[in-house]
Amino acid sequence: MKAGIFPFKKPGIILFWLLVWQAASMAVHNNIILVGPLEVLSALLRQAGLPDFWKTIGYSFGKISLGFLMAFIAGIFAGGAACRFPIIGDLLSPLMALIKSVPVASFVILALIWAGSENLSVIIGFLVVFPMIYIQTIAGIESTDPHLLEMAKVFQMSELKKFFYLYRPALLPYLAAGSRVALGMSWKSGIAAEVIGVPLHSIGEKPYLAKIYLSTADLFAWTLVIILLSMLFETIFLWLLNLASPGIRRKKREGGSVWNS
Amino acid sequence: MELLIRQLSKSFDGQTVLNHVNLHLVSGNIYCLMGPSGSGKTTLFHILLGLLKADSGKIEGLRKSKISAVFQEHRLCEAFTPIENVTMVMPHSSGNHKKAKNALVRLLPAACLDRPVSALSGGMKRRVAIIRALLVPFDILIMDEPFTGLDEDTKQEVISYIKEQCEGKLVLISTHQEEDVELLNGIKIHL
Repeated sequence: MKAGIFPFKKPGIILFWLLVWQAASMAVHNNIILVGPLEVLSALLRQAGLPDFWKTIGYSFGKISLGFLMAFIAGIFAGGAACRFPIIGDLLSPLMALIKSVPVASFVILALIWAGSENLSVIIGFLVVFPMIYIQTIAGIESTDPHLLEMAKVFQMSELKKFFYLYRPALLPYLAAGSRVALGMSWKSGIAAEVIGVPLHSIGEKPYLAKIYLSTADLFAWTLVIILLSMLFETIFLWLLNLASPGIRRKKREGGSVWNS
Repeated sequence: MELLIRQLSKSFDGQTVLNHVNLHLVSGNIYCLMGPSGSGKTTLFHILLGLLKADSGKIEGLRKSKISAVFQEHRLCEAFTPIENVTMVMPHSSGNHKKAKNALVRLLPAACLDRPVSALSGGMKRRVAIIRALLVPFDILIMDEPFTGLDEDTKQEVISYIKEQCEGKLVLISTHQEEDVELLNGIKIHL
């Protein structure tokens, strides 16, 4: 009904803000302080036509995604191990507190000294994502219904079956929630690290150069590229994670109705 | 086989729930545990299932036995189908799916077998829990108020299925209904 009355509500809102943006840039009348959306689009198209545009995107996308995926896997394993062997949790606890409290900029400088700029976004992405996934994994495992664990004990279910049928359904909503936050954070911190470290052919190098040449249009264009890449990666990753949910295809087919007989 | 329970006691926060309980149970019989709520039926079952430790007393004949159970709550994995809930506890075998399906269609409409358990009614979930307990190999079967949420006709069907599957086994059922004892041809035990 709502869609019938306002079929173009969302595009209308976007158009409204684009017009506000354009009006503001025209009022400011200074391309260094504020460029308009049309100039950003033009800068983006110009950048897309350059030979190293896709190479740059591939470089940063690969590095940040690698950092995220490594942290995602390591966080699940470390969280699982901490639940299974509390001593591991105790050992990791100060490390996690340290990683969470140290500013990302400090890690960037340290990583630059220790490992150079080439794998900077991998390391920073990993450090930002790892504690989030670790904490969510522990919370997910601890949320497993104790009644079901007792049932598994009585029926002597194997560890593999317990993981598949009991822990996995409890864990996935926590991992999905943690991943939503971690994905955005990994992109923001990964690009920030690249801006500081300026590795060659990285996305982070572009805003750095835009700053030097006072090219606000290029800065906005690359920001748009980063947002789109982050959204793309988030969509693909959460879709894949959703596939691991039990009965996902069945749920889609059946809907959420409850049998009342 | 025999199950010998001697002087079994259990307290919670100073409140005695089981006080020197003595029972001699023999396979081939269905024992119906009766008693008001709070009389210790579930506590006794949890001790037999190894989920609680008794404060004192002995249980003989339990160690070598395979044990199965229907809990007071359904304790099913809600995101999975009835077939998956049954097969997940069965020892690995290629015929599990067919075996579970054949058993389930006896007590449940076939159309609900592909739905997640969360979409089933309380009575249907109860039947899934009962079939799950009956399809694993067992010497002793413990059923804590298994007929809760079942209408009379369904209860009759379930009871005849239990009697069929439990021949020669030791069955312990807790119930509040005197008529259940008759329907099960059970031996009444007051706690």
